[in-house]
Amino acid sequence: MKSLFTPIAVAASVFTAPLAAQAQEQLNYVLVSHAPDSDSWWNTIKNGIALAGEQMDVTVEYRNPPTGDLADMARIIEQATASGPNGIITTLADFDVLSGPIRDAVASGVDVIIINSGTPEQARELGALMYVGQPEYDAGYAAGQRAAGDGVESFLCVNHFIAQPASTERCTGFADGLGVDLGNQMIDSGQDPAEIKNRVMAYLNANPATDAVLTLGPTPADPTMLALEEMGLAGDIYFGTFDLGGNIVEGIKSGVIEWGIDQQPYLQAYLPVIVMANYHRYGVLPGNNINSGPGFVTKDGLEKVEEFAGEYR
Amino acid sequence: MSETAQPAPASDERVKDLGWRKLLIRPELGGIVGTIAVFAFFLLFAFDSGMFSAQGVLNWSVVSAQFMIIAVGACLLMIAGEFDLSVGSMIGFSGMMIAIFTVTLGWPVWIAILVTFGMAVAIGALNGLIVIRTGLPSFIVTLAFLFILRGFAIYLPQTIERKTIIGGVSDAAQGDWLAPLFGGKILEGVFTWMGDNGLISVFERGTRAGQPVIDGIPMLIVWALVLAAFGHVLLTRTRFGNWIFAAGGDAQAARYVGVPVNRVKILMFMFTAFCATVFATCQVMEFGSAGADRGLLKEFEAIIAVVIGGALLTGGYGSVIGAALGALIFGVVQQGLFFAGVESSLFRVFLGVILLFAVILNTYIRRMITGER
Repeated sequence: MKSLFTPIAVAASVFTAPLAAQAQEQLNYVLVSHAPDSDSWWNTIKNGIALAGEQMDVTVEYRNPPTGDLADMARIIEQATASGPNGIITTLADFDVLSGPIRDAVASGVDVIIINSGTPEQARELGALMYVGQPEYDAGYAAGQRAAGDGVESFLCVNHFIAQPASTERCTGFADGLGVDLGNQMIDSGQDPAEIKNRVMAYLNANPATDAVLTLGPTPADPTMLALEEMGLAGDIYFGTFDLGGNIVEGIKSGVIEWGIDQQPYLQAYLPVIVMANYHRYGVLPGNNINSGPGFVTKDGLEKVEEFAGEYR
Repeated sequence: MSETAQPAPASDERVKDLGWRKLLIRPELGGIVGTIAVFAFFLLFAFDSGMFSAQGVLNWSVVSAQFMIIAVGACLLMIAGEFDLSVGSMIGFSGMMIAIFTVTLGWPVWIAILVTFGMAVAIGALNGLIVIRTGLPSFIVTLAFLFILRGFAIYLPQTIERKTIIGGVSDAAQGDWLAPLFGGKILEGVFTWMGDNGLISVFERGTRAGQPVIDGIPMLIVWALVLAAFGHVLLTRTRFGNWIFAAGGDAQAARYVGVPVNRVKILMFMFTAFCATVFATCQVMEFGSAGADRGLLKEFEAIIAVVIGGALLTGGYGSVIGAALGALIFGVVQQGLFFAGVESSLFRVFLGVILLFAVILNTYIRRMITGER
């Protein structure tokens, strides 16, 4: 029987830590994301809130639905509201599902900042303080125009998160920027590296005339690079990607990847905490939304990116 | 089956008199003890966190009710000796069909709901039929449907609407007679009264300032309770319930005594699909949209709830009340850990540890009272 009680003892030791911290009057914030556990990109967000929390002396918790199910995310926002924080920082991955819980949070007296996905208009409609992020379609469009300038006419969009509308918008924006129809040029790659690699290889074998590859984050970019190396296309095919990561930076350096679109997620986590803490302490608030991206990262000026990739970049 | 057999007339010397222990030999006792333990735990560690405020209670009640709806179906099917791994995909698929019918095809919502239920139940029957005809394990057959249904839930909206989330169901559902049965709320007057009298908190600002933070009990919770009650009565008070136990305990023996095992199993597959569609319909009506990723991994959550509730994975033993309590435990633990402020990366560690603890406690109690080895 003794072994049965060990979990409680362990639990007790970890539970008491946050409770003790609440003894002094403090500001509490919750950041809710739509990312499944498997998405490594969000580590930068966690580092961002950790640093901002430390600097401003506030508590920031990170919450996400384990499988990326947006209906579960709605419950998490409801839960966060019920726990009575001073502010909620949340992504707005699907307006229909999340607008109700976010409106309830605002009406309950909790200040909300929308980050990452969603649009400035939607943030205003919900009564959020502001929107901090990179408009997805526009970023895809800008990338498409850039690629068109470099002579690209057809492409493959590797969509690893097809259930998320924002992902599809990036592909659509890129196609529109190029001035071509998206058609069948987007594949559902799934999240597993081996599957992504095999699907990219299968597509490129079936469509050898493809000019460019667009990946939507480090999750598909790393296996896509392997696929290109294996097929002897690395450095030959035009390769652009959204977001940065350790391997992506290496890829840009070695010339396999033309550019990475940095939406600077670190700022999406760091700035809202700073803004909210200042708002709650001194009542000051910037007058507009903050665009954290897009910024194109190319071979030039990679030094800082390289140093902090996966950590703050 | 043998340990739950009811004693025959009093003076039969072959039947042991169990006395007071007879009251305790119930599959749901472990679930009851587990529920008490879990609530005691969170009352201790998360009392001030808002978990037991009106909003907090509604939050974990809704999550528990979601688990309960699919757990009832999974429980009866598991007692009948089969698994359904396609529950999660069925949730995504059914929700998507409702959205496609109403938004893309413009059908009235009630027709869309009824047709979707028809399709889901038919797919459930197909699942059952394949299992029975081929003799393959239901684990494999329903795993295939896990992929098939999820694939359609992504392919159809992608092809038809060029996106994976279809919204606009709320507008279509305005004034529909069937939609409120899934997405509506009841007892709204009671909550308004409670808000006016300061019994529950009210919104502080915005267009809804002064209204209570809870404006009614969602139909989701009502469905969960109704399904649990229906399942319990079916299992314990009817001949069909005995057939379910018999089919799962030893199918061949059950056939010898005239139980229509195949029919029972197929009906249970259909009921599981029905429960998944209830879940999906409530979700679509509440959120007003259907997404291709809805219901991911829900099949395992249903099975976890059923096992916490004391059912055997091998079939032939279990209780719907137990499964419902298992769903409550799972929901309370999952949401409660957020309230208790557990470090988010350790969240799943705690979830696993507490669930394991609940199952061990449950099994230990069951063995103690039934004398089973």
